[in-house]
Amino acid sequence: MLAGAAAILALVLGLLLAAFRRRGTASDEAAGVKVWIIGLGFVFSMSVLAALTVYGLFAGQRLMPGAGAGVEAGVGTRVGADVVSVSAEARQWSWRFAYDDRPDHITDDVLHIPAGRPVDVAITTTDVVHSFWVPRLAGKLDAIPGHVNTLRIEADTPGTYQGLTAEYNGPGYRAHVFTVEAHDAQSWDAFVAGDRQ
Amino acid sequence: MTALRRHRKLSAIWSSEPGFRGWFSSVNHSDLGRMFLVTAFFFFLVGGVLAMLIRAQLATPHSAFADAGAFAQFFTMHGTIMMFLFAIPTFEGLAIYLLPKMLGTRDLAFPRLTAYGYWCYAFGGSMLLVALVFGIAPDGGWFMYPPLTGPLHSPGINTDFWLIGITFVEISAICAAVELCVSILKYRAPGMSLDKMPIFAWYALVTALMILTGFPPLILGSVLLELERAFGLPFFQADLGGDSLLWQHLFWLFGHPEVYIIFLPAAGVISTIIPVMARTTLLGYGWIVASAVALAFLSFGLWVHHMFTTGIPLMGLAFFSAASTLVAVPTGVQVFAWIGTLWKGRPEMHLPMLHIFGFFFTFVIGGLTGVMVAVVPFDWQAHDTAFITAHLHYVLFGGFVFPILAGIYYWLPLVSGRKRFFRLGEVAFALIFLGFHGTFLAMHWVGLMGQRRRIETYDAETGWGAINLISSISSFIMAIGLAMVLIDVLIHAFVAVRGGRNPWKAGTLEWASMSPPPAYNFASLPHVTSRDAFHGDPGLANRLAKGEGYLGDPQSARRETLTVDIATGDPDFMVIYPGNTRLPILMAAVTGLFFLSILIKLYWLTPLALAGVAALALVWVWRLGARTDAGPQDAGRGVTLALAGETEKSPGWWGSVFLLVANATFFGSLLFGYAFLWTVAPGWPPQDWLAPSLVELGIGGAAALTSALAMRLAIRGNRHRARPLPGLAFALTATLVTAVTFAMLLSRVPPPDGHAYAATLFVLGSYALCHALIAGLMLAFAIARARRGYTSPARQAEFHIVSLWTDYLAVIATLSLLAAHLPGFLA
Ligand code: HEM
Ligand SMILES: [Cu+2]
Repeated sequence: MLAGAAAILALVLGLLLAAFRRRGTASDEAAGVKVWIIGLGFVFSMSVLAALTVYGLFAGQRLMPGAGAGVEAGVGTRVGADVVSVSAEARQWSWRFAYDDRPDHITDDVLHIPAGRPVDVAITTTDVVHSFWVPRLAGKLDAIPGHVNTLRIEADTPGTYQGLTAEYNGPGYRAHVFTVEAHDAQSWDAFVAGDRQ
Repeated sequence: MTALRRHRKLSAIWSSEPGFRGWFSSVNHSDLGRMFLVTAFFFFLVGGVLAMLIRAQLATPHSAFADAGAFAQFFTMHGTIMMFLFAIPTFEGLAIYLLPKMLGTRDLAFPRLTAYGYWCYAFGGSMLLVALVFGIAPDGGWFMYPPLTGPLHSPGINTDFWLIGITFVEISAICAAVELCVSILKYRAPGMSLDKMPIFAWYALVTALMILTGFPPLILGSVLLELERAFGLPFFQADLGGDSLLWQHLFWLFGHPEVYIIFLPAAGVISTIIPVMARTTLLGYGWIVASAVALAFLSFGLWVHHMFTTGIPLMGLAFFSAASTLVAVPTGVQVFAWIGTLWKGRPEMHLPMLHIFGFFFTFVIGGLTGVMVAVVPFDWQAHDTAFITAHLHYVLFGGFVFPILAGIYYWLPLVSGRKRFFRLGEVAFALIFLGFHGTFLAMHWVGLMGQRRRIETYDAETGWGAINLISSISSFIMAIGLAMVLIDVLIHAFVAVRGGRNPWKAGTLEWASMSPPPAYNFASLPHVTSRDAFHGDPGLANRLAKGEGYLGDPQSARRETLTVDIATGDPDFMVIYPGNTRLPILMAAVTGLFFLSILIKLYWLTPLALAGVAALALVWVWRLGARTDAGPQDAGRGVTLALAGETEKSPGWWGSVFLLVANATFFGSLLFGYAFLWTVAPGWPPQDWLAPSLVELGIGGAAALTSALAMRLAIRGNRHRARPLPGLAFALTATLVTAVTFAMLLSRVPPPDGHAYAATLFVLGSYALCHALIAGLMLAFAIARARRGYTSPARQAEFHIVSLWTDYLAVIATLSLLAAHLPGFLA
């Protein structure tokens, strides 16, 4: 994407500078319209955009829970036994996580997930708007009062991932962070069984 | 009459009061345009200082200079000031100053409204300055998302300053927009058909229309949020049937078009300057107009792209994502048309052109990162990081500040009548350009590394320190460059040598006025036959000064101009302007009292202030008009015209049309909010609906319709028998019945602080009641005018204006009643 952007920038600036260097005859209006407005203005911009949009949609599809399901629905067609469901509840300024697989358990500011399995995070808030973001696992999704938004995340390898809040939510905004712990299969089972803490 | 005597005579008629007293009573567009621009640049300075504070704080990790609370005020006020108090007023000032000159006429459509708008801006902006000075400035970010800004989480007065101050300033934007629309469509030199208008006028027209349709949603949002904060009406509280997403929709319904409202005037400046610098004409004039219009339309379909991370279904995302990238097409057309114009001519590198070069470089980068942001998955990663802040500045600084600097250097010789002699401007440009890119390239970079926007500090381990330091140092370089521009302009305005007329050899009419332009702009109005009116006809300026155009014969002490047919530009009416008056500043002060009373919760004062505004408005309109028919007037060059007050569609009628466009958008946004809460908010349906009543529905609807019909009767009665009074009285009665129906409706609404449904009904009912009262007041006014002999079959303009408002009342009253009663019937 960056290379394409640089190429377009170079094209525009090149044409701009060339206008100052050129010492030929002035072109007439009709020819100018054909080249500059129809050619470069329409055809060129359209084709660049079409390419980008198609790319964007394909990439977007992969990040969604379930193929094309509404995010609020939370249950998509790809939900199988394999998918783990957790919930994330934001407040000023902490995150509280709960687990479908271990109903009586909550954790604050640490989210436990299994590595290598898709996880649907049901995100909501008790006070203001927050945003759930684990940069290395997925894009962000907002926590909105009265709504539950579901985000699919997946960690390929076990380990600790940094999570952030990405919507200004008052003076505690900067320190409003959390961690995601991705477990291997064995320690996830142990977590679910409850003999971890 | 010699040119000099004509100049003296016209100056005596048109001049403002001498000295600083003139500032308060001037209604002249050149004065007010300059006042707008000076004030806007003062706010640019304040916003810039805040930006420096932000950059100083972020320069090093763990800086202890500002705490989180102060930092929040810095970035909120920086964004707010730049968007509302700098960018929009700069456009208004530029358009107010330039347009009448470019269009070859003497002033804008409603001189007193220009002044009122300016004072609303000055007073509203001062409120925010006061908040800043006392450290109680808004701190929720410039888009003020509730519930963070709601009564629970921001109990202080900070947020109220934003909601009230900005609404006050927006009144000024609406006033200016109404005025610009009417002026561009009606107040042009004879012969200037739409396709001969200077391109800047087209851009200003599109921008003004966008302000009329873009600002009302935000005004509505601010009203609702202030009602929630002050009286507990829970529009944005999820547990009481409200939804904070409603604010986000209303805000971005405004906020996205806002970006184009800022960009389009700048594009107008570029389209004006480039052909002059390239010694040619603009390539693809029609295409450029079409793409400006297309941009305006598309931009209203795009607000949701600011809400990609709120959980919008994928289909919706796909639509908005495609639409967001689509705006790049009309933008691309314009950019390439400009480059094509340069190719068509022989470009010369003067200082304005340097800034335009700065624009191209910066704006194209901003556009490309914008297309990246519009691609959904990328936005999920970049949303709310410094990358977004950097992108936004590439668009706003590149797309607005550089073109405006180009415009300043381009029109400065016109305003001052002087020549630049130091090379300060070139050095300043280099510093600004390098400083800008240093600052914001670095911010793109730390954004991609994960630095969020709006954090007041960061840890040293993040490794962001060096990049932030580069960014901050660069920003100070940019600030030095901007300060040099200021010094350059001051030198230019006060000490530079006098220059000749039209130094750039431009073709638009503003250069055919004197430099600096006199209060009346043109001693006589030109007859325009081509787009570059001044180009092929260098003798034009002298002939106009000698009175060879229209209205070249100042007979009485009247400020005269004429209006034209919208499409063809044939002269149609003569207009007499009101003279200098302090009424606008007085009315703005009383309007300010209204806002102040809400801000500091002196609610007993609120109705008094409102009554004051209404009384002043009556005085305002009462002063116009005459008690005898004037008949056809000599406009020079063998043309006779009727006075505008003796027509059906007077300037006031057109003004009302555009004001009602804004008003209808406000009402439409309210209905949208109602439907949105109903379908999306949690906590619906409410426990019980308003008990429906066929009687109320029937009487209210019938009465509102009757008042509209009776007003038509009055117009016919006036035309045929000079007897408007029976119709007017009938209409007044019907209007009052409408008002009573809505008062009864309001008394039956469930407690509005209990559920967002009741709260919405309350606002809907109050809106309709308020319009019934306005229509009633207008009808009473019309009756008084008719009885005092201010109307006649010829002097009918006022009746047609009132008729517009009774028609509007009929529509909104019916819709409000249906919206209030139908749910109850259906349930
Ligand atoms: C004079 C040079 C300028 C500098 C150095 C500057 C710098 C900054 C910085 C550093 C921020 C980020 C604060 C943060 O989120 O951490 C910011 C935010 C912002 N700036 Fe500027 N800026 C400048 C001019 C402008 C102009 C001309 C405009 C608009 C016309 C503008 C509009 C904004 C807006 C809307 C925000 C977002 C505020 C918020 O997050 O609520 N800035 N600016
Ligand atoms: Cu936008």
